[in-house]
Formats: sequence, C-alpha cells, structure tokens
Amino acid sequence: MEDDAAMTHAGAEADTVLEIAGLQLLRGARTILSGVHLRVSRGEIVALMGPSGSGKTTILRAVAGLEPFQSGAINVDGVMLAGGADVAKPVLRDLRRKVGMVFQFHCLFEHLSAIENVCLAPVHAHGITPEAARTRGLDLLRAFGVEHRAAALPRHLSGGEAQRVAIARALAVDPPVLLMDEPTASLDPERRAELGALLQGLQRQRRTLIVSTHDEDFAHDFATRIVRLRDGLVV
Amino acid sequence: MFRKVAQAFRPAIVVAIVTVVCGAAAQPRVLRWAGDPEGGAPFVEADPSHPDQLTGFDVEIAALLAEGVGRTAEFQNVTFRSIDQSIARGDADIGMSGIEDTPARRATLAVTLPYYEFREVLSVRDADASRLTSLADLRGKRVATLEGTIAYEILLRAEREHGLHAVSYEDDVHPYSDLVIGRVDAVLLDNVLAERRHRAMPGFTIQPQTVAIGHYVGVLSPHNAPLRDSLNEILRAAMRDGRLERIFRKWSVWNDDQPKLYEQLLAGVPVPPIVGFDTSSSVATISKWEAARRYLPSLLRASVVTLALSFLSMGLAVTIGVLIATGRVYGGPLARSALIGYVELIRGTPILLQLFVLYYGLASAIRLPAFVAALLGLALNYAAYESEIYRSALEAIPTGQLEAARTLGLSERQVLTLVRAPQAFRLALAPMTNDFVALLKDSSLVSVLTVLELTKQTQIFATNLGSWVIPGTMCAALYLAMSLPLAALARRLELRWRTTPP
Repeated sequence: MEDDAAMTHAGAEADTVLEIAGLQLLRGARTILSGVHLRVSRGEIVALMGPSGSGKTTILRAVAGLEPFQSGAINVDGVMLAGGADVAKPVLRDLRRKVGMVFQFHCLFEHLSAIENVCLAPVHAHGITPEAARTRGLDLLRAFGVEHRAAALPRHLSGGEAQRVAIARALAVDPPVLLMDEPTASLDPERRAELGALLQGLQRQRRTLIVSTHDEDFAHDFATRIVRLRDGLVV
Repeated sequence: MFRKVAQAFRPAIVVAIVTVVCGAAAQPRVLRWAGDPEGGAPFVEADPSHPDQLTGFDVEIAALLAEGVGRTAEFQNVTFRSIDQSIARGDADIGMSGIEDTPARRATLAVTLPYYEFREVLSVRDADASRLTSLADLRGKRVATLEGTIAYEILLRAEREHGLHAVSYEDDVHPYSDLVIGRVDAVLLDNVLAERRHRAMPGFTIQPQTVAIGHYVGVLSPHNAPLRDSLNEILRAAMRDGRLERIFRKWSVWNDDQPKLYEQLLAGVPVPPIVGFDTSSSVATISKWEAARRYLPSLLRASVVTLALSFLSMGLAVTIGVLIATGRVYGGPLARSALIGYVELIRGTPILLQLFVLYYGLASAIRLPAFVAALLGLALNYAAYESEIYRSALEAIPTGQLEAARTLGLSERQVLTLVRAPQAFRLALAPMTNDFVALLKDSSLVSVLTVLELTKQTQIFATNLGSWVIPGTMCAALYLAMSLPLAALARRLELRWRTTPP
C-alpha cells in the first residue's frame, strides 16, 4: 500500500518511464527477488549486472508480465502491475504496448520467415494492415542491416542476424521500453560493438533499454547506468 | 575290431529299425479334422453343458469317419473362411463344418461325397412375407448372407439381374438380427441355418420357395485323394446302413431330400455341386488371368471404398484429435481427466470390439448404417491416437516461443493458432502420416460391419477362385498404390517444414 502511494507520486515525475518498488518474488520456498527498487528515466540504457542467479532475468520477466510476483509494484509508463494478484487482461494488453522483450535465445518463430516474425504482432495484435506492417518491418530490418535476410527462416540465420530480427520484432509494435536478456552472450567482440552502436541509436530515439548482462566491458562502453544485483536485491 | 562287432550285430540293428518303424505305424493314429465352433449347432458347437467338448452332426460324422479308418478324431479349431486354405497347407486331414460343395472346391481340393443336401432359402420380415417371396421381388432391397458361400454368389448374380444389393456378413447370426431390426430386407442362406435361427429369433418368415440346392461335403488336400476315397467308402456304408440318418435325425435336420440324395449316390449317379444356379461362369472354371481381369473392376471399386473411408475417418480423427489435445493442454482438471479417460479406454480395448459395439451393440438404441458406423468407429479410435500425437507436439513447442508471442501482445488464442499449433503440426506430420497409412490398412477391419472394402473383396475373390496367390498380389499392389504416394508426400512436406537446422 505504502509502495503504491509512493509510485503514484514517482510516476507523476516527468521523465520516469519505469519504476519498480519493493518487488518480491518467490518460486516455491525460494526467494528470487527480495524487495527490488529501481527507477529508470526515459532514454536510459540500464545495464543490470550481477552473478548468475542474482535475479537479473527474473526482473526483466516480471516487467514483461511473464512472471507473477508476491508483493511490490511495477509501473511501466503508466501501466501498473501489483504483486499478489493475477494481472487483468486489459492491463496485460496495455503492458504489451509499453514493453518489448528480446530473449537470450531470440525465440524467433521457427515456422515464419524473418519478415513474417516481425509483422506477426502488428497485424494480429494491433490491427495494422499487412502491407503497412510489411513496409515498417522492412524499414526496421534495413535499419538493423538484415533486410536482405527478410525471406529467410530463423534456422538459416546466423546468431547475430537472428538477434537483429528479434530486436526488430520487439520494436515493430513501437514500445517505449525494450528489455534485453543477455544480448552479448553469444556475440564476438566485433558483433558486440555493433550491437552497442545499435542500442545507442535506439537511445537517441528516446527509447529506454534495460539490458541484463555479464559483460563488464559492454556495460561500461554502452550503458548510461549500471545497476548491480546480488541475492535478489539492488546493491 | 569295431567293424567285426558291427557286422555281428547287423541283423539285430535291422530288426531294431523295422520294429521301431512298424511300432510307429501300428500306433493308433488320429484323423485331424478342422471346423469352426463359432458356426454353432447343428454343425459344430461347444457343448453348452461341457464347454470344453464339442457337439454337432459334423462332430459325429468326423467320429464316424475316423472310426472307419481306424483312427480317433482330433478337432482343430479353424476359422470358417480359412478352412480351405488350412486344409490345403496340411494343418488338418479333413475340413467339415457345413462346407458347401462348389466348382471351386472341386477344382482345388479333394472333396468327399456330399453327405447332406440343403436348400438356399429366403427369409424376410413377417410383415413382408406376402410381398417378398423371390429374388425378383427384391429390387433395390438389401439382402444379406454369409461371405464366401454359394448364397453370396447367387446374390451377386441377382444384383445384376434383379437390381438388389448384396450384403455379406462374417457370421450367420447377424444377418438375421439385422433383418429383424430393419438393416437388411432379406436373408438368403441354407435352410439349416435359417431354421435354426428361426427357432431362437421371432420376427421373420422363411419363404417356402427354394432358390437353389446345395450340398455339404468334407474337403481334403488334393494329395490326400486316397484318404478321400476311403472316406467316401465309409460315407456310402453309413448311407446304406442308416448311421448318417440317425445322426441327422438326432439333430432334427433329417428330411425327404436326404434319402433321394443317398439313393443317387449309391447308384453311382454323379451329383452336381449346385442345382438351380448356373455355375458355368464361376471363376473357378475359367483361367486365373481371366478371373483376375474379371475381378479387377470390383477390386478397384472396393479400393475407392477403402480410400473414401480412410480419408473421411482420418479427417474426422484429426478434428476430434485436435479438440482432445487442446482440451488436455488447456482444459480444466475435469475436462482433462474425462479426456484422459476417453483416450485410455479407446487405446486399451481392441478396435474390433469398438466396431462391434458401435454397430451391433448400440443397434437397439441407434441404428447406424454400416458405412457410417465404420467411419465413426475408425475415426473415434484413431482420434485417441492422434490426440496423443498432437498433445505431445503441442507440449514440445518451447516455452520461449510462447512467451515471445505473449510479450508481443498476442492473445492466448492467437499464441495457440499462430505460433504453437503451426509448429506442433509440423512435428506431428511424420507420426500422422504413419497413422494414416496404418488406418488405410486398419480400414479392412470394418468388413465385420458388412462394408465391402478392398480386403473383404479380395477374400471373396480368393474364396471363389480357391487360391490366394493372384487376389493377394492384386490386393497388395492396390494397397501399395494408395499408401506409397502418401508416404512420398509426407516426406516432401517434412523436408520443407523441417524446424531443426539442416
């Protein structure tokens, strides 16, 4: 209750796009997150760092609405998730417009080509015409340098290509916040630098990025802020 | 030294060998006779008071024949329609189970003298007794009989001449029960069978008019002709001294036809296998290739039935299977346990039993036409197996795929229809094709519901021809012609849709 009151006040602050307050998340008897507080302003690139099991991925999943939590609250650009209760469908629908997520293993739809992966949600969840979705999808693929792979199936894409398609897919519905889980895990240094440049390009469009990573160099080179986690708490 | 000893003992060795051989020959031997107790009384049936013992006039005649050749009768249980083949391959010495004398049997087996004369008679429902008295009255009607009999050949001829529709059953009970409940309009069978059924089942009338006359014989392998000749002598003696008469009287099937038959036989007058039905065009009397040519159109027609039945029931099985699988993955606990119950019930019981229950068991409540019952039976059975394929395919789609779809804003229904199901379908394709090919062949089981599909038609062909070689080869070729393209198509689709990296 106290958290909620604080959130309303904080959410009113002009540039806060994401606020996490007192996020507590248990899996069975195991505590994964034990009261995480985090405020992110529009246009930040936040690197979530910490040892394996510190809860980086879980925070991203909770913000994306994939992980129910016991207490605390999450406010994403005005959409409110409260702990201890099932999220109502309309709230979840609103949340999906605010947050995009790029998974560690990309999770591209294996039966669809790159461009079909990008266009699926705009057409089916947002009612955009297939033609318009395709035009925008190709723009995105072009912006990320993979337009020539538009017709390829995911299994024919390299790791770097698949990641770019996955980012394009997440951005196709134009969410202000983009979550990325371990994006550098499978990239060589050159690709990693390219990814960093890509993220900085997104930042210039006033998009907010929250990136979980193990990679200190990447975080120092490209993040605007590093948040360290240990045992389910922000250190 | 050794040779000397051996020489000294040579006469003894010879004596020993002779003793052993003669001893074996002198032992009381058995006359193995094949019959089908399912045929029941008065032919062969398990004694109601001692189910491990057999009774029936064929049992007594077998004992009489065995005694005549100084052996003891030993029974071999053989399905009625396989008795000829079983005898030909030497499983038993003689087959006797109300077996009809036919040109085909005379051409391919050693046949004994006819020991009983029967009449092919029509049975109709009581209400039709005055209207339907002959085959000519049955235009457009369904007329039932037992498969592989003269009666069936008569009905096939009548299909062309009188426009009736012949329905063949694998037993001689259901033609009459289906007659009474209205699934068929008449039954053509031996008077022995008709009268027996009439005693137990009210509601139908046996027409007095005789459609044809036939005879029961014993069948032996062609190389057993000498034994057949001895058995004929025993039969003649039993006709002369009244032993056969006593047996038939005991079973209440003795009538005025028999003394005339015996008189003819004892006077050495040849008795034609069938009277009142022209068998000159029977396939047994023409060349095998001519027979194959003549049967090809009906085999092709039966293949169409097999294909139609397979495609329709697979379509239905896939639909029901998808619903079951979806219910099992997404449904509540109650729906889930009900569906598990259904799947286990279907998988845990034989499909043949399910078909019987659907067609005969439910007949008093709902009278499904044979084709519909066959289609439903196959579909409901295969749906259980398909649902397991789809369920495991749905569950095999990684959670990441579903979560990615959810974070993009797709509804749960869209996640299923746009992401999960299309990928699951690709996984399910190979086992599905496998099942479809299996279904194509399992469709032969529905012949027990009188559906005339490819295997059944082949059986009829083989029975009439007296050989399985050509009918079996043609049947196999037709099944392969149907299943191989399917397998090829499935392989192509699989290659195109393969989801794992090449």
